[in-house]
Amino acid sequence: MAEERPVPHKDPKHHVTPKRTYFFIFFALMILTAITVWVAFIDLGPFSTPIAMAIAMAKASLVLLYFMHLRHSTRVTWVVIVASFLWLGVLFVLTFSDYLSRRWDPNHIPPFAEAQAEARQSAPAAQH
Amino acid sequence: MNVTEHAEHHPALQHHFEDLGQQHEASTLGMWVFLATEIMFFGALFFAYALYRHQFYDAFIAASHHQNIVLGTVNTAVLIFSSLTVVLSVYFAQTSNRKALVWALIATMILGAVFLGIKAIEYHEHFEHHLFPGQNFSMPEVTLPVAQNAQMFYVLYFLMTGLHALHMVIGLGIFAWLTWRANRGEFSIEYYGPVEVCGLYWHFVDIIWIFLFPLLYLIGRH
Repeated sequence: MAEERPVPHKDPKHHVTPKRTYFFIFFALMILTAITVWVAFIDLGPFSTPIAMAIAMAKASLVLLYFMHLRHSTRVTWVVIVASFLWLGVLFVLTFSDYLSRRWDPNHIPPFAEAQAEARQSAPAAQH
Repeated sequence: MNVTEHAEHHPALQHHFEDLGQQHEASTLGMWVFLATEIMFFGALFFAYALYRHQFYDAFIAASHHQNIVLGTVNTAVLIFSSLTVVLSVYFAQTSNRKALVWALIATMILGAVFLGIKAIEYHEHFEHHLFPGQNFSMPEVTLPVAQNAQMFYVLYFLMTGLHALHMVIGLGIFAWLTWRANRGEFSIEYYGPVEVCGLYWHFVDIIWIFLFPLLYLIGRH
């Protein structure tokens, strides 16, 4: 019953990934976690956030490709995943293009200006 | 153990599929479509985070400094470790190693519970330090306008980590059900779809945390 030998399989849909691959990816993820904490304490100026995000994307890619078996997935699965990230891109680009272009308008009232002014006004009253 | 030798078809095969291979592909694809909707669900929150961080950058740095970086890092490691036990459970299901499969699933649930426990300790700390947004919010080391804006960090923090934790709780329920089925010896190389599909869900929740960790804990630390 407790037989660990991979069963020989004819069906290419059922790919058995060896355990050592999983352990290797696990250690890579742990090392990347350590790196992301380490670089957070180094002053990289404007590059801090892009580097942190690049490491997070590398980790996510490892999880997607090896743990979620995207390497052996069908093309239609790839279409679903690529499409979902594309839509996420649409969400970010279109909504940011609204918020960031508002200050191009000469009559523009900065977003959150009202809330900020309110906060400043109520400052002495709310002191505690 | 092997039912296929005696029955006309595998007991797990649903009548509307040609064979187990097709059934496996369909269920995996279905989970990916669900995860695509989840990407949009969390995506809206990530967008809100990006926008407010852009507007209130100083406040976000000040707020992030209140985060417990040690607990955050430990929790990241716990979650990555649980992803390892999930993929090992797929391996043990494929190799019909019932005992190891059940243990891998139990280990996953323990690690998930540890994550939630640590998260609860962190939430408790935030409440104690008046970092929950609302009337009692206080961040005395910064000026009041900055403190006001810092509340937005904590609104997003509690929404994003709370939604993530909710997914973990649901995941624990799913894995308890999976463990029960695994213990009955249902899974083999022909039929391990449920282990794979639930694993996809768990890894997705892990990926969300991989992004939440640097965004919420590691801003302006130098």
